[in-house]
Amino acid sequence: MLRFFLRRLSLIIPTFIGVTLLTFALIRLVPGDPVEIMVGERGIDPARHAEMKAALGIDKPLPVQYLLYIGHVLTGDLGKSIVTKKPVLTEFATLFPATIELSLSAMTLAILIGLPAGILAAVRRNSVYDYATMTVAVTGYSMPIFWWALLLILTFSVMLGWTPVSGRMSAIFWIEPVTGFMLIDSLLSDEKGAFTAAVRHLILPAVALGTIPLAIVTRMTRSSMLEVLNEDYIRTAKAKGLAPARVIGLHALRNALIPVVTVIGLSVGHLLAGAILTETIFAWPGVGTWLVESVRRRDYPVLQGGVLLVATLVMVVNLTVDVLYGLINPRIRHAR
Amino acid sequence: MSEAAAVAVTAQAEQPPHPFVEFWRYFRANRGALMGLGVIGVLAFAALAADVISPHPPNHQYRDAFLVPPAWADGGSLRFPFGTDDIGRDMLSRIIHGARVSLSIGALVVTIALASGIALGLVAGFSRGILDIVIMRAMDVMLTLPSLLLAIVVVAILGPSLTNAALAVVIVTLPHYVRLTRAAVLSELTKDYVTASRISGAGRSRLMFATVLPNCMAPLIVQATLGFSTAVLDLAALGFLGMGAQPPTPEWGTMLADALQFIQRAWWVVTFPGLAILMTVLAFNLMGDGLRDALDPRLKR
Repeated sequence: MLRFFLRRLSLIIPTFIGVTLLTFALIRLVPGDPVEIMVGERGIDPARHAEMKAALGIDKPLPVQYLLYIGHVLTGDLGKSIVTKKPVLTEFATLFPATIELSLSAMTLAILIGLPAGILAAVRRNSVYDYATMTVAVTGYSMPIFWWALLLILTFSVMLGWTPVSGRMSAIFWIEPVTGFMLIDSLLSDEKGAFTAAVRHLILPAVALGTIPLAIVTRMTRSSMLEVLNEDYIRTAKAKGLAPARVIGLHALRNALIPVVTVIGLSVGHLLAGAILTETIFAWPGVGTWLVESVRRRDYPVLQGGVLLVATLVMVVNLTVDVLYGLINPRIRHAR
Repeated sequence: MSEAAAVAVTAQAEQPPHPFVEFWRYFRANRGALMGLGVIGVLAFAALAADVISPHPPNHQYRDAFLVPPAWADGGSLRFPFGTDDIGRDMLSRIIHGARVSLSIGALVVTIALASGIALGLVAGFSRGILDIVIMRAMDVMLTLPSLLLAIVVVAILGPSLTNAALAVVIVTLPHYVRLTRAAVLSELTKDYVTASRISGAGRSRLMFATVLPNCMAPLIVQATLGFSTAVLDLAALGFLGMGAQPPTPEWGTMLADALQFIQRAWWVVTFPGLAILMTVLAFNLMGDGLRDALDPRLKR
């Protein structure tokens, strides 16, 4: 098991180096002089110009620059934001819980609805319910979520007035950020009604972001369940006279879940891409909004550091899924 | 049944149908796929004939008609069937011209990504050396970043425009084609017909393009169809974020971004562009699913 883990770990090292090359190239590929682009049209005196160039580390030969960059990255120094002057890592750490909270809620929603819906569609194959579920699923899968989010706002916030339009919390509450997760922090605080307010803020973004994962989970559960239900051991279990609920819920589901778990793990990338759009629309103060803003403000250190952090995160999650998969399934573990 | 009888039955069986006839038989049975094909046909017609069928020029501003509701709503008129936007442009005409933008750029993106993906995949699959490793590691890096984030990075480097957004989507979708081609090449290379062709003296380029590639096309066609929906969706998303087509281009995502501030007053400026994106993406996804079912021999019964 340890060898399997180490082999997988060694596989992501070249990918990580590749990502650092990409983020390293990012600042240098911007056409024109980066300092002048950052400063804008006002101009700058030559001394300050050289100073800023040195601060960005772009006055040395490229290989040296890259090694310096790697050195900084490995010691956790991702540079400072040009706009706020704060370290990129600190900003990321402040905003990241908001993105996690949103993504986890979206995924929970997708699993809670998608699993039962997919199982039922497989069990009642070719029924009206099956067709209806699959139609909704393929529509959800094709949904432009930035538009879907607007429709949700239009319906539930503007017309019905049930939920707030944007943000994470009502301005009337002051919530001490203890964990960074608004749902937990609002419970910890003494403010009455803060938790309800947090839930009301969270629900629309979570639905918007969860729609595509929900469609994926439903479709995957159905198809993998259909495959398992055709297996001989299921027929045996039925022939033994076991209750259908037991056959489906225990014998079939256990094996059908393996590909579903993989799909859930691998959709972290999807979630983060979706979070960029969802957060922008709902003014959710997370990593997605931060990255989009960094492009608009030409805050390249933030974009560079943010991209590296997000890519590393995706790599770590993929590795974890891989290793978990190996734990569940010995055939993967011992394959060459 | 005796063995002799079985042979007789096989001999009596009619000739196998032409592959395309067989394919069409499977495809036709899939109602969703047919529906997708129909919608794509309508969209393609709208894109080609946009100048003829749209009632108004897409960028003409009617100063007497700001935010006119659709024809069937209160205050609407048949002059503007889907209403007008905040500066008096006809929504229907802009949606129709948007189909032209989305489909032409989408087709361009898919063609370039498919062609370069096939080229890289063939090289990787045939060379099996350092070149293979370099290409595939580079693709891994590109797949590690969430697609929209990678596209944003490309646009951040090149600057926001429709061309750069299209290039970004090419880069984002490229790894899928490379991986598929390489995997298909590797599995085809082990087969007897390739060995036979090689023994008869076929050169490398003949093996690549004439022998192996045609047999790798099925998954690539499916991926290209699904890739079309990704292209349309990502282009719209970039347009929505202000990183794709710039106003006044009638691009659906950009139109949505412009409409954002009128969401409370004029539902139609928000609803129709999004509906157009959804219909297009859905049509290509349905058709892709149908193609997969019809082309994938493993699913045939």
